[in-house]
Formats: sequence, C-alpha cells, structure tokens
Amino acid sequence: MTIFIENRSMVTPGEIIAEGNYNVGQNVYRKDKRIISQVIGLVSIKDDYINVVSLKGKYIPRVGDTVIGKVTDVSLNTWTVDIASPYPGILRPATSLDRRFDPVKDHTRKFFDIGDVISAKVFSFDRTRDPVLTLRDNNRSGSTTFLGKLIGGRVIEISPSKIPRLIGRRGSMISTIKQYTNCRMIVGQNGRVWFKGNSFEEEYLVLQAIEKIDREAHTTGLTDRVKEFLEDARKKMGKPTAKGEQPKK
Amino acid sequence: MTNKEKTVLITKNGIRHDGRKKTDLREIRFEVGILDRADGSAIIYWGKNKILAAVYGPRELHPKHMALPDRALIRCEYRMATFSVTERKSPAPKRREKEISKILAEAIEPAVFDYLYPRSVIDVFIEVLQADGGSRCASITAAALALADAGIPMKDLVVGCAAGNLNGEVVIDLDDVEDKEGQGDLPIAVLPLSGEVVLLQSDGVFNPEQYKEALDLLMDACQTIYKLQREAITNKYAKITEEIIEPVEVEPEPTEAKVEKKKGEKTEEKKETEEKTPKKKASAKKAKSEQSEESEKKKKTSKKKEKKTPPKKDEEAKE
Repeated sequence: MTIFIENRSMVTPGEIIAEGNYNVGQNVYRKDKRIISQVIGLVSIKDDYINVVSLKGKYIPRVGDTVIGKVTDVSLNTWTVDIASPYPGILRPATSLDRRFDPVKDHTRKFFDIGDVISAKVFSFDRTRDPVLTLRDNNRSGSTTFLGKLIGGRVIEISPSKIPRLIGRRGSMISTIKQYTNCRMIVGQNGRVWFKGNSFEEEYLVLQAIEKIDREAHTTGLTDRVKEFLEDARKKMGKPTAKGEQPKK
Repeated sequence: MTNKEKTVLITKNGIRHDGRKKTDLREIRFEVGILDRADGSAIIYWGKNKILAAVYGPRELHPKHMALPDRALIRCEYRMATFSVTERKSPAPKRREKEISKILAEAIEPAVFDYLYPRSVIDVFIEVLQADGGSRCASITAAALALADAGIPMKDLVVGCAAGNLNGEVVIDLDDVEDKEGQGDLPIAVLPLSGEVVLLQSDGVFNPEQYKEALDLLMDACQTIYKLQREAITNKYAKITEEIIEPVEVEPEPTEAKVEKKKGEKTEEKKETEEKTPKKKASAKKAKSEQSEESEKKKKTSKKKEKKTPPKKDEEAKE
C-alpha cells in the first residue's frame, strides 16, 4: 500500500501511481498490484480510489449530459447532429418538438436545417448504438438550461475534460465570467461553449477567458487568475469593475 | 564505389564511422503538441531524422463497413517526403512505405485501450521530413507521443530502437550508412514498463550470441529513450506553468507602472482642460484624488491576492 506519485501532480501513460489494494478509478488500470496511469493528466486520490484527470481527449456521451451540437444531416424523420464525439448524435422529432410531427406532411428542415447549432440532452447511449438526443428536460430539480436551436452568438470548442474547470466549483468560474462580461452562456459537456453578449468586446473577452482556462487547466489558482484577467481587461476597455461587483442576476 | 569501400564502419577500438561507441545513441529530441489542428502531435529529431507524427481521433469512421464492433480501428500512414532523402523520392507510396504503415499500426495497437472506443477510428499520420536510418523506430516513438498527446488511453508509451551487426560487432541505433553497409539490422519496439515486444524485424545475419546481445542492449537503450519521451510530455505542460507562475510574481510592478503612466496621461489631458475651462478645476482635482485612491486600492487588492493564493491552492487540492 504505497503511493508513488503525489496528489495533483502530473503523470504520463505507463507511469506507476501506486501499489497495493487501491480501487481503480478513471483513466487508470491495474496490472498485478500496481495502479498505472492511462493518460497524460493529474492524479487525484479520493479515499482509496485512484483517478487521473485527463487533460485532453474526445467526448464520450453520457446520459443526461447537456451538449452543443451542429446539425450535419437531415432526413425525413431524423436529424444527425455533430456533438464533437466519435459518435454522431441522433435527434428525432418525437422527442424534440412540442407538437405532433407527421412525416408525411411536415418537413424536418423547417425545424432544424444543416448548420443549425442546437443545445440538447443525451437521452440514451451505449457502446452499440449512437447517442440519441432530446430537447425535453426531465430535470425536476428546478435549474434548467435552454434546449433548442441557438440563434446568434458564438461557439468555441475546448477539450471536454476541461469543462469541469471552466464551470468551477459550484459554478464559481462560469458565474465570474458571466458577471464580468454580461454574456449569456451555455456550456455543453462535450467541450463546446455557446455565448452571446451585447457587444463584440464582451464576447471577445469571454473567448479569451475560455482559451486561458483551456490552456492553463492543469495549474492551480486559476479562478483568481481569470478574475484578475477579466478585471484588467475591463479596465482597459474603460468599463471598470463596477458591474463585476454586482451580485448575479 | 571506391569511397564506399573505404568507409570504416567500426575500428578495432570500437569507434564507429561517426565517432560513436557501440552502445551510444544519437541525440534524440522531442516536441509535443506542435500541430494546432491535430488532436495530438509530436515531432522527433533523432540524429538527422526529422519525423512528424499526427493523431486524429478517435473519430467517426468512413466507410462504415470497416468499423469494428468491439474496438477502435487503428490506421497508420507512413509517408516519406520527396525531399527526405538525398535522391528525390517519388511521392507514390511504395512497398516499403505500405509495409511500415502496417507494422506501425500493429505495433501501436497493443499499447492502446482500443476497446474504449468501439466503431470508431484512430488515425495516425507519420511524415518523414528527413531520413537517416532507423526511421521506423523513430516513427513509432513519435507516434506514441502523439497518441498520448491526443489523450488516448494507453497501457504505456511505445519505444523503438534498432541494433545492427557491423563486421561481427553488435551496435545500437544504426544510421543510414551503417544500415546499408552493415551485415545486419534489427529494429525493435517495446512497451518499456512491461518489456513486451510489439515489433521485431530482422534483416541480414546475426548469430545466436549476437542476437541475444543485441536484444539486451536494445532493452537498455529503449529505457533511456523512454525517459526522454516522458520528459518531453512533462516539459510541454511545465512550460505553460512556468509562463504563468513567473508573470504572477513579476506582474504587479509592470501593471502598476502602466497605471501610473495612464494617470500621467490623464492628468496632462486634464491640465489642458483646466487651462481651457477653469470652472472644472475642482472636479478635475477630485477626479485626481479619486484616481489615486483607486490605484492604492488596486495595489492593496493585488497584494491581498498574492496572500490569498496559497490557501486557495490547498482548497483546490482538496477537490
């Protein structure tokens, strides 16, 4: 029962993290009694679980995730959606429209066309079938994100493993960005972020902040640094932090 | 031809034609993540070899009928640039390139957890920009780095190296001349952690003792290369960390200087306005004093932040 690598330090594939009866968490595998990393990432040891938080990688759909996708194909009764994953998302009218859909009379293109950006939830996914998306939210806890066609705004794509960092603990990072830039943001678990602001400058600020987080995700004290960056940027814009001090709406 | 006959591959003292000893490797250097549009990439400088590796995926596979129901397909393409060798090489893929593409894909496969991404494909592209012997070993080493950089789960990195037979002497890491004029070439690729051999080709003549000696030397050489490979990965992220940490320590001074500069500019402007409109004097003075207060506050806050940062690190560690 020994741990060779310090918590939160960097590992590479094939690096031995621990030896003994530890539980195998994410991105590690066991060989004999040794726990070995599978990816480049940061070690996180919780209780007896040894995890590695990956720094890069493709999005693997999980049921219930909010994703931002782009419609790539339209057929009589399905939309194929690119969700930045090895598997294309499938969206059907029955689980996405508010009204009855008759494939004989109605046209799928009238609702979503190729190139439209949508936010959706993953309804089902397993290794054998492509993920099915839905625009209905069965989340009863109250907090709802908008699901449907996203009109205007911008989309930026970052590594999906950095999304938890972008959101921050209890949404601290994302609410900071929202406060300082007055932008609407929707974060997809697939690494895509949609945002729309009142001005180009503010949108650009969001873009810069997200890129900063993507680049520096493996370092500590990131929330403070992003806050500092946004404050400085607002000063340069001639709009000092006044709006940032307000509690969020 | 007379020149070629004259080249002494290995002297009695065990010095090779380029001055190396039996077990010396050429200089090896890596850079990771050099291509923006690839999911993962790496370049390897191995002696005179310059080889670029790019990884795309796991991604959707077209044509769909090639997809494997239980794991990802690993495709590899090894290509030599026309200018990579002294005599211009025709860009059409020849038998040699197809062979190397195949053996590279097969050497990578045991290292990758391909069952995590069924029905998809992982594409590896290898572009030899400059070739000087042992390019397949260098390619494998670079490809493993590119795969790791793409965030693809792997058992271990893959390391390749070649051994050769020069007039009966077993040597490590053949270059182009030794490869062509020596008596044997033995490229190998291993998973260094477990010592599994994922590629073994053998050309020319080795007697059993030489073969054993070559394998032993290669295993040691691979461990050395493995260390360099790992360093290349950690260096990539360490660089970013350094960039961040240094500015945080140094930054407060330049930013304050900037603020002061700005103040200076503004005050000059205000002086002009004062001259023009004496009524606004009072308000301008107020503004000045406010500004100075603000700047003081800023300084304070920045200092506070510095103090605050260490405990927050701990908090994050708890996460």
